[in-house]
Amino acid sequence: MKILVCVKQVPDTNEVKIDPVKGTLIRDGVPSILNPDDANALEEALKIKDEKPGTLVCVITMGPPQSEDMLRECLAMGADEAYLLSDRAFGGADTCATSTTIAAGIDKIGDYDIIFAGRQAIDGDTAQVGPQVALRLGIPVVTYVQDVKLCKEKLIVQRQMENGYEILEVQMPCLLTAVKELNEPRYMSIGGIMDAYARHVTVWNHEDVGLDPKDCGLNASPTQVFRSFTPAPKGKGEMLAGTVTQMAELLKERLTEKHYL
Amino acid sequence: MYFTKQHELVRKLAREFAEKELTNEILDEVEESGTFPEDILDKMGKAGFFGIKTPREYGGSGGDARCYVLVMEEIARVSGVASIYVSSPNSLSGGPLLLSGTEEQKRNYLPSLISGNKKLCFALTEPGAGSDAGGMQTTAVKEGYSYILNGRKTFITMAPLADYAVIYAKTDMAKGTKGISAFIVDMKNTPGISCGKPEHKMGVIGCATSDIIMDNARIPAENLLGEEGMGFINAMKTLDTGRMGVAAQSIGVAQGALDEAIKYAKERKQFGKRIGDFQAIAFMIADMATKLEAAKQLVYKTAYLMDTHQPASMEASMAKYYASEICNEIASKALQIHGGYGFIKDYKIERMYRDCRVFTIYEGTSQIQQLVISSKLLKK
Repeated sequence: MKILVCVKQVPDTNEVKIDPVKGTLIRDGVPSILNPDDANALEEALKIKDEKPGTLVCVITMGPPQSEDMLRECLAMGADEAYLLSDRAFGGADTCATSTTIAAGIDKIGDYDIIFAGRQAIDGDTAQVGPQVALRLGIPVVTYVQDVKLCKEKLIVQRQMENGYEILEVQMPCLLTAVKELNEPRYMSIGGIMDAYARHVTVWNHEDVGLDPKDCGLNASPTQVFRSFTPAPKGKGEMLAGTVTQMAELLKERLTEKHYL
Repeated sequence: MYFTKQHELVRKLAREFAEKELTNEILDEVEESGTFPEDILDKMGKAGFFGIKTPREYGGSGGDARCYVLVMEEIARVSGVASIYVSSPNSLSGGPLLLSGTEEQKRNYLPSLISGNKKLCFALTEPGAGSDAGGMQTTAVKEGYSYILNGRKTFITMAPLADYAVIYAKTDMAKGTKGISAFIVDMKNTPGISCGKPEHKMGVIGCATSDIIMDNARIPAENLLGEEGMGFINAMKTLDTGRMGVAAQSIGVAQGALDEAIKYAKERKQFGKRIGDFQAIAFMIADMATKLEAAKQLVYKTAYLMDTHQPASMEASMAKYYASEICNEIASKALQIHGGYGFIKDYKIERMYRDCRVFTIYEGTSQIQQLVISSKLLKK
């Protein structure tokens, strides 16, 4: 069995501040991490590998050369192979162009049974790339997966909903996007870190994956960021005072004012 | 300067582990109960913390001294006692076996030590032989295919928890240190071996320390570790690495104490200002950070020398001496910055202050380190 995991290196948003003038993220000096949902995606692949020895787990990412550090981290957790799609031509990609590139990389790796991706990346929060990759590859996709069971040629998965979950049967090959409830990602190990640096990380550019520069990066991105801003904070809530009857009256007045009643 | 990206990833692993697993609730519980949770030890074993430098063929991770130092530092930054569980199999327990064990002995004991399934303790100190280890009175007399051990070891870290011990004893009372031999002793199944009551310690609570009593304990002759009469050299070489471990532990606890001091100095307000805005406090923090940085460089350099197979004995002593002394100074100042709250157990600094007190004492006191350093210099 061969499982691919789509991962992304993101700034640790716990440490990110917003530039008050430009309204953009200040990324300088902010540590980069493996996107948290992607860690769940990788963990699920590794759990299947634990159950079925001989399973090959490959991680794939698109990003600048320093994304290699994150791929080593994935290898140190237990992934077998790592692929980095890195090229100037890939720069400035929106989710549409990103999924074209990743799908091209996955096509080149080939022979996969399951593709895992994180639900969404904490730097953009779009949750679009996973489903788009599935679309481009022409395989079924299940998003918000909180449980996976292997069942011969099929998978039985739970899809998280707001007030419960769906149980779905899905044919392989397929793409699943992971939520954090799916599992608890394992730690790397010292031995894993030693091995990770003995391994080769495959780096591919647009030619390697057979893409024309006009079909990748900024050139192939129909969406452009017009402006990003921090929403103005909501004002403080109002505490009503008085007896219960008085407060109930006041509350009724306020709700009527706002046409809730 | 001394670290590669690979080392930085090791630091990241150890830091994440310490911050996530060693929570305040768990550490408070360890202080109360005096025992360390087995499930955390299991996780440490799985992360490879117990066999960092040990070769792969014995179940280790095949890392280097710098990896060991980084794990010790990051774990000790959060919990001094947790770092003792890391140091033991990597250093004092695993060290004697790696240095002098036969292939069979290494294969028998190291894998279970590294996985965390078994614990092994290092028994050198005696009631009358501390810094002067050569003055030990424990005897081992050969009788057929056995040795008969008699004597008492004291302050043995982890003795009450240990499955095995490496015990140093005199096979020839007339030869001084050259009459000392090392033995692997099964602590659970050897008649005549018993442990004393666990000591009530000032700090590093959660890792029991006790005496080991040997009363005509019969040990199979094949459990002799290395050659007869070579035990003292084995112990001293083991302590060389041990010193670097305590030095790494010291910079870890010192960093933890400094972190707490900075946090508190920014929060606490007196006379209408944050106390960190007063030079008296600000300069204390500057001093603490500067000394800590100097200590770190000594520790990292020692590890680097070991990794590049250069002599490191004097540097290891310097690192242990300086790092443990400044750790006590930093913890003391950090507690002072906390004022009355530092004296209360609710604040982390109270535990750190107690935990690090032993660092200038165990695995060679500061005075023994001064002796090692000065004798190296004056012999030239």
